[in-house]
Amino acid sequence: MFLNLSITDPINNFVTWLVSHYGEFFHGITLFLLHYFLIPLELALRWIPPWAVLIALGLLGFHATKRFLPTFLFVACAYLIGCFGLWDKLMLTLALMMVSTFLCVLIGIPLGILTSKSNRLRSIVLPVLDVMQTMPGFVYLIPVLMLFNLGKVPAIFATIIYALPPLIRLTDLGIRQVDADTKEAAAAFGTSPWQMLIGVELPLARPSIMAGINQTIMMALAMVVVASMIGARGLGEDVLEGINTLNVGKGSQAGIAVVILAIIIDRISQAYGMEARQRRLLNGKR
Amino acid sequence: MSKIKVNNVYKIFGTRATQALTMSRAGASKDEVLANTNCTVGLKDVSLEINQGQIFVIMGLSGSGKSTLVRHFNGLIQPSAGEILIDGTDVAKLNDAGLRDLRRHKVSMVFQGFGLMPHKTTLENAAFALLTRGEKKEASLEQARIWLERVGLKGYEQKYPDELSGGMKQRVGLARALAANTDVILMDEAFSALDPLIRAEMQDQLLELQKSLHKTIVFITHDLDEALHIGSEIAILYNGELVQVGKPKEILEKPANDYVRRFVEKRVAKEMT
Repeated sequence: MFLNLSITDPINNFVTWLVSHYGEFFHGITLFLLHYFLIPLELALRWIPPWAVLIALGLLGFHATKRFLPTFLFVACAYLIGCFGLWDKLMLTLALMMVSTFLCVLIGIPLGILTSKSNRLRSIVLPVLDVMQTMPGFVYLIPVLMLFNLGKVPAIFATIIYALPPLIRLTDLGIRQVDADTKEAAAAFGTSPWQMLIGVELPLARPSIMAGINQTIMMALAMVVVASMIGARGLGEDVLEGINTLNVGKGSQAGIAVVILAIIIDRISQAYGMEARQRRLLNGKR
Repeated sequence: MSKIKVNNVYKIFGTRATQALTMSRAGASKDEVLANTNCTVGLKDVSLEINQGQIFVIMGLSGSGKSTLVRHFNGLIQPSAGEILIDGTDVAKLNDAGLRDLRRHKVSMVFQGFGLMPHKTTLENAAFALLTRGEKKEASLEQARIWLERVGLKGYEQKYPDELSGGMKQRVGLARALAANTDVILMDEAFSALDPLIRAEMQDQLLELQKSLHKTIVFITHDLDEALHIGSEIAILYNGELVQVGKPKEILEKPANDYVRRFVEKRVAKEMT
């Protein structure tokens, strides 16, 4: 009944061809990312004494939420991770997440802006995003590994593939949802396309874009365990080791640390998603 | 001297516009065109002349094409046929840069829904036109401050639009248009969303300002009282066609057809009660 078809060989051949012809190029990307982004950031985060990080977290938390209780909880929970003896790994995970998120923002926001301007581009990009979000991670992990070797860089790429789609979608949506009357009014005073984008569309799409960044960060953190499987260090290592050695306690401890990190970053980035004015109103002082 | 001249403008909405245009030109009615081509005739053979320094009112019920017509004056809508001359330049033939220039220096606009930027303060909103055309920030804000004061909003400079009442918002809209200091100001149902008392106040304020400014104001409304009160000349649109143009007195005394007569009679009836 079924024809005997297979795309196994062509794909295998393609990946082999890519590795043999462009291996140097991908190796170059690996070195670039490692030397200019990840390693300096990791060194910096591990060089700074933990108490300084905790103070910085407190200041950032208060600046974002303008409330004492959440700020206190952020710092206390982060301190708890330190008590678990996971501080160093926390910093490694944080560095990996920051670099991935930075690259996602660098790619995602401009791409989201472009798709919001062109229905044609959107109809091409959206199915690609669907694939990126639904394709089981291990399918693209293998070729990524072949191209970039084991380590942190393939972990970053795997994370980007997984975490980029919501940011593109929400940037596109946010810009499309900007009130047409407001845009007409701006156009009636002779705004250039650039003035429209910077002065009207992006500020009004900000809550949506910030929600996209928030989602990207959450998804990047969800990838830390998978990242550890391909050689990235960090909290995922302990989870993985816990699984491998049936050490449920160790796995849970590291798992809880990931969750704490996720919640702290989520709350802080959500607070920044609100307009400064909205935050002031929430706190009842104007 | 005519500031704005509209010559035989047609506007067809829909994908088969060329065919619809031919039909409409041959005299087919709006319904016939819709049935045959699935296109809506927005404006049909409209010609107008608007003199420098007058308040010219375009009146009609919703769907009469008045908002469509006024958007042709600054190129927010392009005509399907015909020309719109402002100071002798055809707006329909301008490219993007030309349109931007027109909107920045010659024609500003006030909207029914105010069209304020919700993320900017009153002061920044009032300075929007000036900042958009690239004037220095300090000078722009200073101008905006002056105009906010003239429309009665001194002290509200740092408020955001959502903290203002409807009347105040429209005063910001007015200040934004006036600060642009263009010869022509388009006002699309600018006072229609306001309650009657505020509305009368705004009309008087507009007349008061006009005494010293002598702008060419194109004012859109569906309200005959408003038209008679502020207009030095009134054009009446019905179903996309121009049915009468004249001084307020002429409209009242010699309505061109039943449609206009109904408007006038309703007003007389209201005054008797």
